Amino acid sequence: MVSRSGSAIPISRAEIVRAQVESNLAKKIPSALTVREKPRVEVFSTGIAEVDAGIARETGAETGGLPRGALSEICGAGSSGRTSLMFSLLAQVTGNQSRREFCAVVDATDAFHPASAENSGVDLSRLLWVRCGTSSGNRTAAFNALEKALKVTDLLLQSGGFGLVAVDLGDIAPEVARRVPLTSWFRFRRAVENTPTALVILEQEPYAKTCASLVLQVKAVQARWSNLLSEEFYSTGSQRCAAAPTFSDLLRGLGVQVEVAHSRGPFGSAQGRLSNLCHTAVADCRKPPSAVLSGFETQMPWAG
Amino acid sequence: MPFACIYVPDFPVQAVVRNCDAITGLREKPVAVLEGTPPIVTVIAANEKARNAGIAAGMTKLQAEACPQVTLLRRSLAQEESAHAALLDCGQTFSPRVESTAPDTVIVDLHGLEQLFGPVQSIACELSRHTAGMGLEANVAVASNPDAAMHAALGFPGTTVIPQGKEAERLGCLPIDVLGVSEEILETLDRWGVRDLRSLAALPSLALSERLGQEGLRLQALALGKTSRTIVSAEAQLYFEESMELEDAVDLLEPLAFILSRLLEQLCTRLAARALSTNELRMRLKLEVNEEVQRAVVSSQKSVVSKDFHERVIRLPVPMRDGKVFLKLLQLDLQSSPPSWPVKKITLIAESARARAAQGGLFVPASPEPERMELTLARIRNVVQGLGKKSSRQKLESANVNVAERVGSPVLVDTHRPDAFLMRHFTAAVEPTQPRALRLRSGQAKTVPQVTTAVRMFRPALPVKVELRNGAPSRLLLNGSRAFAEVVALAGPWRNSGEWWGDQAWSREEWDVAVRRADDVMFYRVYRDLNSGEWFLEGSYD
Repeated sequence: MVSRSGSAIPISRAEIVRAQVESNLAKKIPSALTVREKPRVEVFSTGIAEVDAGIARETGAETGGLPRGALSEICGAGSSGRTSLMFSLLAQVTGNQSRREFCAVVDATDAFHPASAENSGVDLSRLLWVRCGTSSGNRTAAFNALEKALKVTDLLLQSGGFGLVAVDLGDIAPEVARRVPLTSWFRFRRAVENTPTALVILEQEPYAKTCASLVLQVKAVQARWSNLLSEEFYSTGSQRCAAAPTFSDLLRGLGVQVEVAHSRGPFGSAQGRLSNLCHTAVADCRKPPSAVLSGFETQMPWAG
Repeated sequence: MPFACIYVPDFPVQAVVRNCDAITGLREKPVAVLEGTPPIVTVIAANEKARNAGIAAGMTKLQAEACPQVTLLRRSLAQEESAHAALLDCGQTFSPRVESTAPDTVIVDLHGLEQLFGPVQSIACELSRHTAGMGLEANVAVASNPDAAMHAALGFPGTTVIPQGKEAERLGCLPIDVLGVSEEILETLDRWGVRDLRSLAALPSLALSERLGQEGLRLQALALGKTSRTIVSAEAQLYFEESMELEDAVDLLEPLAFILSRLLEQLCTRLAARALSTNELRMRLKLEVNEEVQRAVVSSQKSVVSKDFHERVIRLPVPMRDGKVFLKLLQLDLQSSPPSWPVKKITLIAESARARAAQGGLFVPASPEPERMELTLARIRNVVQGLGKKSSRQKLESANVNVAERVGSPVLVDTHRPDAFLMRHFTAAVEPTQPRALRLRSGQAKTVPQVTTAVRMFRPALPVKVELRNGAPSRLLLNGSRAFAEVVALAGPWRNSGEWWGDQAWSREEWDVAVRRADDVMFYRVYRDLNSGEWFLEGSYD
């Protein structure tokens, strides 16, 4: 082999053999002996800098966030802040000025609150909401709703074009959701692979097992309350000013802890380390505007 | 100035065969079309194969049935109208000036089209091809005036082009009856031995005028191909209609899908001919109501059961022209709301709309393809259907006006009623709008927190038993649990009411409570309905 300058380029014998083998097998197995580089996984931010940094730190990725083309799980009990995290994700995907994408929420128990979502920054015009069931608590109804939610998810993933498909199984009892066969999760994982879509499951405990690329465990650590009259802040269960009437109290927000419970694939592997602590604020409009709480008034959907 | 004439021979037969040919292959068989009310039912048209088999116009049905190989069909005026509209569309594909001369004949002004479509020979071939694409076998003729073109199309099969100045020579061999003369004049000419146009053209004008008057001169001018007239342009239709009457009523969706497929194919071909699409597809099914069954059902249920037609409208977010997508949408719609009786006649109407022009950008994020999304949404609706009904209490409580709609984009309603929203049809082609929260953030970034606490709703709101202490909730008995849960923190009450002026007045007292359940603390929004005094769990903070 001769270079442009005319000098011979030394090639090892192994290289020549490799090239010969590859050319002979090219019809059956293209690039048989070439190691394929995995494409860089694209992620989108959760909208919470602490969580993004935590994920990046735990998984060893360059930038933190939820991976596209993969199945991720957000697990947590009720009032843990998991829905707030999901709304923040939706807001990032639909409302991000550089990439305004379409999202779908498959709502197994009809729990989605549009006003709350819009208040979080979600562009509702770019959101497809599929209400699969009701929050009746009936076991049979829960099975039906779950079955419908899985079917709808399948259809949406096949259709394509969404930036994020969020499946809300948050109010489905674990004993019901655990019955989803692993093959369904495998199918979902295969359906989103090599697509720009991220599939996020919101649930009480992880169900997708090895099919999930990232599992975030969300837990509420404290709730912040305040009293308007005494101008004091306190957490749930602690002592408040007994003389102050209850209508002067206000639930200010939840303290949320996010933990990377599991990650795989391009994220490397990490497990069970506490990573983030973030706070959310209660969207409430029922208090009259005052000097202390003027900030809250502005975030109401119907204010201004 | 050249004109083209498209003439469809045996028009009633071709109109009927046009839509069912793909299903039954009738075009290859001898077919005759009957009209009239029994017992006087006669043959009004027959195709060439039927004529060869001995069928002639005017035969009674009994006589026609003597030829067992001939298929006898009823005349369908609706299908003839559709076929005529298709002919007009075919002409309007090439020129805006198209005359609807007769149901089976249209004349197209070809002036100035040579630069667009090439020489008139190729235009004539293209017209013939387009007409065949509409399911009609037509004769196409081009001549320097409309009448000469029409007579050539009536007389010569296939495609004919008559150069200017050669009209008399080319039309000369045609029989006199192509001119559409009255019986009396035809008889007179026959007595004279004038049986073709050449003989008529050769008659002395003065003598012809003395014997037949001005009509004679007009006929001679037509025979010479030297008439001149202005064509009357037909109005371009804004909607497209295709219909089909069935010999036997269809009561299964599968055979109905075959017919719909054929009609949609025709509809899409016509839309394509005019470079249009549709954003509203209307399906009207005429049903064959069984009077006896109807009477029995009415007497048992004591209510009027159904009408004799079934109409469905499919509104599309973007104009489309894909027959397969339309078929799937109609199939899914029929599956979810099937007609109550067998179908006797199918009509499909498409409202015309400008075709969508969209160009994707390299750096624009992918969005759902509108055509594909419509199908997906229809499938999803089929999956989640049956959950649209709500109790009257819930209807009163939530202002989810479109309760049946469980798939779409939520739109907040300008009201104080809690959890009020509407469902809008989801479409991937929305105008870029900045969400309210972002607008607020851009203006007042410091006052808005990074993450807002989300609310998860219970729909319908769950009834809950509440123990009060000093007028405030102290313990809750949640639905499904046996023990009371202790309230560890609370805020409230806040009173809220509205619509007191109407039937759906609401008034409530809301509390935010923190409840200890096992090891966790749950944050709920509970409220007391001040009209009924009952307590409900509306949602949780999550």
